[in-house]
Parts: sequence; C-alpha cells; structure tokens
Amino acid sequence: MASGIARHLGIPVVRVRIAFVVLLPLSGLALLLYAAFWAVLPLQARTAESPPQRRNFMSLLPFVAIGLGLLLAQTLTFGFGALGVTGLAGWLVAIIAVGAGIIWHESDPERRRQWSETLPRVPWLGAVVDESDRRAFLLRFIGGGVLVSVGIIGVVAVYSPAENFGAVINGIIFALVGLAGVAVVAGPVLWRTYNQLRAEREGRIREMERAELAAMVHDQVLHTLALIQRNATDVKAVQRLARGQERSLRNWLYKPVASPTERFAAALEQAAAEVEDTYAITVETVVVGDRETDERVGALVAAAREALVNAARHAKVQTVSLYAEVEPEQLSVFVRDRGAGFDPSTVEDHRHGVRGSIIGRMRRHGGRATIISEPGDGTEVRLFLPTSRESVTTGKDGS
Amino acid sequence: MPARGEAGTGMSELPEQQRRLRVFLVDDHAMFRAGVRAELGVHVDVIGEASTVAEAVTRIAGLEPDVVLLDVHMPDGGGRAVLDAMRRTHPQVRFLALSVSDAAEDVIGLIRAGARGYVTKTISPDELAAAIRRVADGDAVFSPRLAGFVLDAFAARPDAPVADPELDQLTNREREVLRLLARGYAYKEIAKELFISIKTVETHVSNVLRKLQMSNRYELSRWAADRRLV
Repeated sequence: MASGIARHLGIPVVRVRIAFVVLLPLSGLALLLYAAFWAVLPLQARTAESPPQRRNFMSLLPFVAIGLGLLLAQTLTFGFGALGVTGLAGWLVAIIAVGAGIIWHESDPERRRQWSETLPRVPWLGAVVDESDRRAFLLRFIGGGVLVSVGIIGVVAVYSPAENFGAVINGIIFALVGLAGVAVVAGPVLWRTYNQLRAEREGRIREMERAELAAMVHDQVLHTLALIQRNATDVKAVQRLARGQERSLRNWLYKPVASPTERFAAALEQAAAEVEDTYAITVETVVVGDRETDERVGALVAAAREALVNAARHAKVQTVSLYAEVEPEQLSVFVRDRGAGFDPSTVEDHRHGVRGSIIGRMRRHGGRATIISEPGDGTEVRLFLPTSRESVTTGKDGS
Repeated sequence: MPARGEAGTGMSELPEQQRRLRVFLVDDHAMFRAGVRAELGVHVDVIGEASTVAEAVTRIAGLEPDVVLLDVHMPDGGGRAVLDAMRRTHPQVRFLALSVSDAAEDVIGLIRAGARGYVTKTISPDELAAAIRRVADGDAVFSPRLAGFVLDAFAARPDAPVADPELDQLTNREREVLRLLARGYAYKEIAKELFISIKTVETHVSNVLRKLQMSNRYELSRWAADRRLV
C-alpha cells in the first residue's frame, strides 16, 4: 500500500511509511487516508511482482510496531491519563497484536502463499475472507471473538475501579465506536478482497472448462475428421463417422449423461445410436418424458431396437423416426419409416424378427405390438406397455 | 403496410399458380447460404442474404421479404437478436428458424421470440420449400423434435398451476396432432389418420404455436432451461 502511494507520488517508500506512522495516533486520520488510497489507487500487475510484494508486507511490521508504541505513549502521556488509564491499556493492545500474529503464523505456509498471490498487498485479508477452509475460518472467528471480548472486558476493567458508572458506560461506548470505525474501514476492503478471490476462483474454473473442451475436440473431432478424409471415397463410412461424431457432440453439449441401464430415454437413445452406427442410417429420436427401467421396460426397448433394425434393413431409406412417450399409465413407442413397406398378411410368417422379437416379446411382457404397413407406403411399428400395478402383475404371470 | 405486400406481388415476374415467395437468408456460414440458395432457387426467389445480425436487421427492413430463414447461432445475439429487433417494426415479415441445434432452450426461445416455425438444417430441400410456403401462409411449422418438446413442456403435471386454461393447456386434439408430428407424419398423413382436413391440422398447429408464444406457464421457461442444465 505504502509502496503504491510512493510509486504514485514518486517519493521513497520509507517516507510514506513514516508519514503514516506519524499520522496514526492523530484521530485515526492515517487509517482513513489509508482506506481512501486503497480504494482509489489503481491495481498493479500481480504476477511478476508477487515476491517483492510479500517482502514489503513483512518489512511493514516494524513500522506497525513503532506506530503502536507511539499510540500507547500518546495515550499514557496526554489523553486518558486523568481518567486512570494505566499500563494495562498497553497490555491490551499487546494481547490483540499477539493474537493476530498467532493467527497469521498458525495458517499453513502453502495457503499463505496462495493468499499472497491473490492479494499481494494484504495477504492477511485472504485469511479473513477465504471461505474455502471451514476449519480455518472457525479458528479465525473464535480467535477474533476472543480478542474482541478481551478488549472490551479490559476496557471495562480499566474503568470500573474508579466506581464511576458513567465512566464504565463511556468506556463501552468508546469500545463500540472503535469497533464501528474498524468495520467502516475494513468493510470495503473486505468486500474488494472477497470479489478478487471469487474472480480468481472463477478464472480457474474457466481454465478447466477450456482444457476439457480442448481435450474433447482433439480426441474426438479431429480424429473423426482425419478418418473422414481417409475414407472420402466410401460414402457409407463417411456418413456413419459424421453421424456418430454429431451424436457424441450433441450429447456433450446438450444432454445430461444418464445411464442407459437406469433410464428409459437413455436406453432408447442408445439403441437408436447402435442401429445408426451399424446400418449407417439416421434415426430421428424424440422421447417425451422419462422413467426408470426394469425388466419389462428393457423388453420394450429391445422390441423397439428390433423394429429399428428391420426398418434399416428392409425399408431402404436414410431416415427412420422413433417416437416414445412416457405416460402415467403406459409407455408407447412408434417406429416409422417411409420406405418400401410390405404386406403384413403375407410376409409376417416368414419374418422371425417381427413375430418373435417384436410381437411375441411385447405379449410376453404384458404389452402389445401393432404393425401397419403397405407396399410402397412405409411401415409403422407401434408398441404399447401398460405400467399400472395390475398390469404389472398380470404381465409377470403371463411370462 | 399492406401496400408494401402488394408491391411485392407486382414485382414477381413469373406468376405460377401462386406468386413466387421472396425469401431472405440469415446465416453466418457462407457455404450453408450458398447451398440453401441453390436448393431453393427452383421453388422461391432468394432476394438477399446476410451474415451478421446488424446486416440482417438493415437489409430485411429495406427488402421486406415474405419469409426470413433465420440461423439460431450467430455472433452478437444470434437469431434471437434479429427477431427482437424486427418483430415490433415489421410484423408482416415471417421468420422460420433453421438450425443444427436441437437444444430445447434454443428452440423454445426462438419460438417465444416470434418465429413461426423451427426446422433443423438436415431438412430436405422439398420439405424446406413446403415449410417456407406454410410459414408465408401464416401457419406454423414444427419439426418432430419441437413437437416432442411442446408435449413435454405442456405435460399435465399435478403441481403445475394453470393460470389461463385457454393458453396454458393443450386440447386433446392438439395433443394428438403433435404426437403424430413427433412420430414423423406429414400434415397430409396426419389429416388422413385423424379423418380431418389438412387445413384443420394447420389450424391446430397454429393454435399450439400461439399457446407456446403467449402462455405464461411457468414450466415453459423453467423446463427449457432445465433440459440444458441437469
């Protein structure tokens, strides 16, 4: 601080410090000036200058001690001598100073170094406002409380032997005014310091996010682009690569990562992704609502997957629509394509996939499946699974 | 204001069965603009394009196109900023949002800012032309995913307070239409499935759009934000 003013005014640091020390006993003028300069003076670059800043603070300690001594001497000589202030007041000041020193030295060196980096001018403020360590905070809080209590009790004790009640009241008022003064001076500084700490923490979080993004782009996107260039002649491969990368980017950007083994929507999306990868088609997936999975829901997902595979194999189209809705009383899934289609009455018997994996599976688990198709007009597979309690039991009985 | 629209009719040189629509493109990717321009050229007149929000706002105000194809993600506020700047002063210009993003927050946000529809950039040229025509006629265009979002956001929840039933709830018919849209049905197919006319389907979708834009339902914004955060 003193060095900041010194640089600002272009005079030696020591002179500024001496000026402060001399001003200190005079009605707190020095404190007010200190606070004002603190708020007004521009911040200086921290990074390169951290070590000298730390040393400056340490070199400030003797000046503080001298200032306290002057204050004490002044008090003993002129101010409150008539009211019976003895050397006790000096002891009180000494107790407070020692207490603060202990708190400063108790905090571990690593943390102190961090404070010094964040707040080169007043590392000790870091100790007061750093909220990341609850235990240290508690320690400081109790320590501060003890010191303040000792101060107040001391003031009362100094005045009460005179048996003058008015003097005791005066003493308490004096102490309160003193505390209020400290609060006024320290408040803005604490606030600034808190903001600085927060800014630094946010900066670190941003840095981590950037690193994560860079890793993702490097591991996935660049890799996929390289593969696409190598496979430029193979349309299917390029499509599959691009679609796979798109899906993974979307998941990374927009979606919560739910486990396919736990959630219905995640399981369905995973099934769709597998079909996309295997058959190089696009499955337009829309899921409304969500719920936990269980054995029956798993069967529904498997049936939906089978329907998707059928569409991918036989419909001869690029896009298949998958829509699922979770309602309180039932789950429904629709798989639709605008492809070749077939005549269900003639083909169904030969298609094990349709009979066993879709219709049979749904029936075994207490649901039902309908297949609507016409040659040339696409196919839609509709799957329904009731979820009410009775149907759950009948479903179990039936299987 | 209507006089401007008629002036636009006079300007089209080749009246087909319907006059050709004047379309404006806003997208910060030049390659994408060129692609859309080439694909749409046979269906509509692409009368201009812009790559930034500021350029879009000045040029759209000058040209007064029928439909603006609006990219969602651009620097300086994206499609949302263009909509906010234009909606008050040029209510006759219709906006169709076109994006690669399927995030609920973006989709719902654009619609609530005044876009008449939302389609993804993977849409086929014919479907895009149909969507532009539909938006120009004052109807709404919902992609399957947007339909799914609306069903999700308007789902009947016991804890959801309904302030205005007319705006805050979907009718059963609207729900049915949205479900079919989400299942990948075209308007014509929906009409056939529900035994109603295409015009009725369009009316239902427009009503849903109005509810989506006007409803103060708490879930809408919270739901869209939650989809992103969870």
